[in-house]
Amino acid sequence: MKTTYREAMRAALREALASDPRVFLMGEDVGRYGGTYAVSKGLLEEFGPERIRDTPLSELAFVGAGIGAALGGMRPIVEVMTVNFSLLALDQIVNTAALYRHMSGGQFSVPVVIRMATGAGRQIAAQHSHSLENWYASVPGIKVLAPATVEDARGMLSAALADPDPVVIFEHAQLYNVEGELPEPWTTDIRSAMVRRPGRSVSLITYGGSLPKTLQAAEMLAKEGIDAEVIDLRVLRPLDDATVMTSVAKCRRAVLIDETWKTGSLAAEVMARIVEQAFYELDAPLARVCSEEVPMPYARHMEEAALPQPQKIVAAAKGLFA
Amino acid sequence: MIEFKLPSLGADMDQGKLLEWKVKPGDAVERGQVIAVVDTSKAAVDVEIWHPGIVEELITKPGDTVPVGMVMAKLRETGEVAPAPAPTIPPSLRKPASPAARKRAHELDVDIDKVAGTGPHGTVTLADIEKAATRPATAAPPAADRQAEMRKAIAAAMSRSKREIPHYYLSEAIPMHRALAHLARANEARPVTERVLMGALQLKAVALTLRRFPELNGFWRDGAFQPGAGIHIGVAISMRQGGLVAPAIHDVDERGLEDLMRALADLVKRARAGSLRSSEMSDPTITVTNLGEQGVESVFGVIYPPQVALVGFGRVAERAWAEDGALRAAPVVTATLSGDHRASDGHRGARFLAALREQLQRPEAL
Repeated sequence: MKTTYREAMRAALREALASDPRVFLMGEDVGRYGGTYAVSKGLLEEFGPERIRDTPLSELAFVGAGIGAALGGMRPIVEVMTVNFSLLALDQIVNTAALYRHMSGGQFSVPVVIRMATGAGRQIAAQHSHSLENWYASVPGIKVLAPATVEDARGMLSAALADPDPVVIFEHAQLYNVEGELPEPWTTDIRSAMVRRPGRSVSLITYGGSLPKTLQAAEMLAKEGIDAEVIDLRVLRPLDDATVMTSVAKCRRAVLIDETWKTGSLAAEVMARIVEQAFYELDAPLARVCSEEVPMPYARHMEEAALPQPQKIVAAAKGLFA
Repeated sequence: MIEFKLPSLGADMDQGKLLEWKVKPGDAVERGQVIAVVDTSKAAVDVEIWHPGIVEELITKPGDTVPVGMVMAKLRETGEVAPAPAPTIPPSLRKPASPAARKRAHELDVDIDKVAGTGPHGTVTLADIEKAATRPATAAPPAADRQAEMRKAIAAAMSRSKREIPHYYLSEAIPMHRALAHLARANEARPVTERVLMGALQLKAVALTLRRFPELNGFWRDGAFQPGAGIHIGVAISMRQGGLVAPAIHDVDERGLEDLMRALADLVKRARAGSLRSSEMSDPTITVTNLGEQGVESVFGVIYPPQVALVGFGRVAERAWAEDGALRAAPVVTATLSGDHRASDGHRGARFLAALREQLQRPEAL
């Protein structure tokens, strides 16, 4: 069935709300406005204001409320409009949700799901264009997911709700309009990375909004005789090292593609693991394509220049060959 | 810092092509000194400098065309201290090779320094190592060429041998019934695939005997004998398409018979597959050739220079054999020695063959 990422996400929300009375959705503009990215459009009419709750503009307050509800036995889905604003709720996520199981000696679990849009590419300037998945992916106690396909948009939410611990889901804003085939039945886990395009010459390792660009780069490379394998990390914490190392051991070259800033990026973490675990498999230095280390520019041509692009990925991959 | 800019050498000149620098970095220049030759499209002009100093950096390269006013060189004032050079990472002395290539090179015993890299910046890759490992000599020519190449190589080596090496030849008939009986007994206990053949036994006997005749094991180089560092026996292996190679089995005297048999089988297989190692090609200290399987009674071989000896074995065949005053039928092999008379004499060669004969009468010691 053809569907969009947005529709797949909405179908997942509807299924969760319909199948479990403990599930409710809250966040800024999720109800009457239908969600900033129109993901929750129609859900207020269908499920009522008790379960589709508009909140005041205080991320700290409503993420905290979500954590409280989870502790009280509910299965809240908290939508933070974008990762940019999630910084106001960082204390609740990092200091509270991630730590309660540990600090209560296992007595409390926090089964909250926090969804947020991430990424740049739509000319909304520096304060609205961050990619900070790597920050969250460095925190023990939470799981971090990055659905990049309609199948994962459809399937990851119910797996996240079933998880007894906090799960943060990053939805790249550029993906909502992407159309794709939703297989019937779909199968989704929240453990493993996946090979999105098999190849044998170079591993292109990415996730989220960079996946379509990477797949495009792989096609461009194929025309030049370089058979690239594309790995979608999908789960940013805990990382699936086995899939990555298997691909690297096969291709012996790897490019990491990640929209976060290069310094301390998720790409940097994956590179470190490859060096730790697969050093002797490598036939070339590792390469990465990340965002330039600048506040995201507003001007279109400058924003494009600052972000990972297929041409940059192609150039980085070709640099690993003579 | 003084900037030397391309001067206008005429009203109609807006650019010039540098033909030559007359100075180099570090040179002191005086006011009025010609430091460059510039082509102005009309003529080559000697360009002077009007400020004394020491040349720091030549920016424009000969052949470059630059506009008037462009800084072509930098000089420092006489007495001005040279700026500290920017710290640079010392260039690696190691040949660039990927981690995967290093690991494989170690496994295949390939010398990375001798492999041409095809990776980024000439880095040696895994594929380069594997290619090099299957190519003992230089580049692998196509099969037909390879045959011709091999013929040429054999021709050169054998001509050199016969030109340079004063060969002497000795032969000795050696009764083999004890060795054969011993081998048959020992093989009963071994699985079929691990049976030891006479060839391996002969190699071991030669190696142990050589310990007492070091002058036969080594090289003649630069007018003198150099003993071999170990007893590395080159085993003559005929190739299916013609020609032969004689790669080494290392330290034959120190190996057990089973181990030696495995090494021999492996060597023959790899020699025919064309995947010998460079050390196997360069290390033999003596050659053993066995033409018994071809049915010949004895072989007097040509020494492979710079080695100084070659031991040959014919076929093991039943013959009338007199021993202890009685005549009997016994399996006998003819062993021969081709010796380099520069390195050893027939007397020692004869002692060697006699010792080899005795060694083969005590097969349990092998």
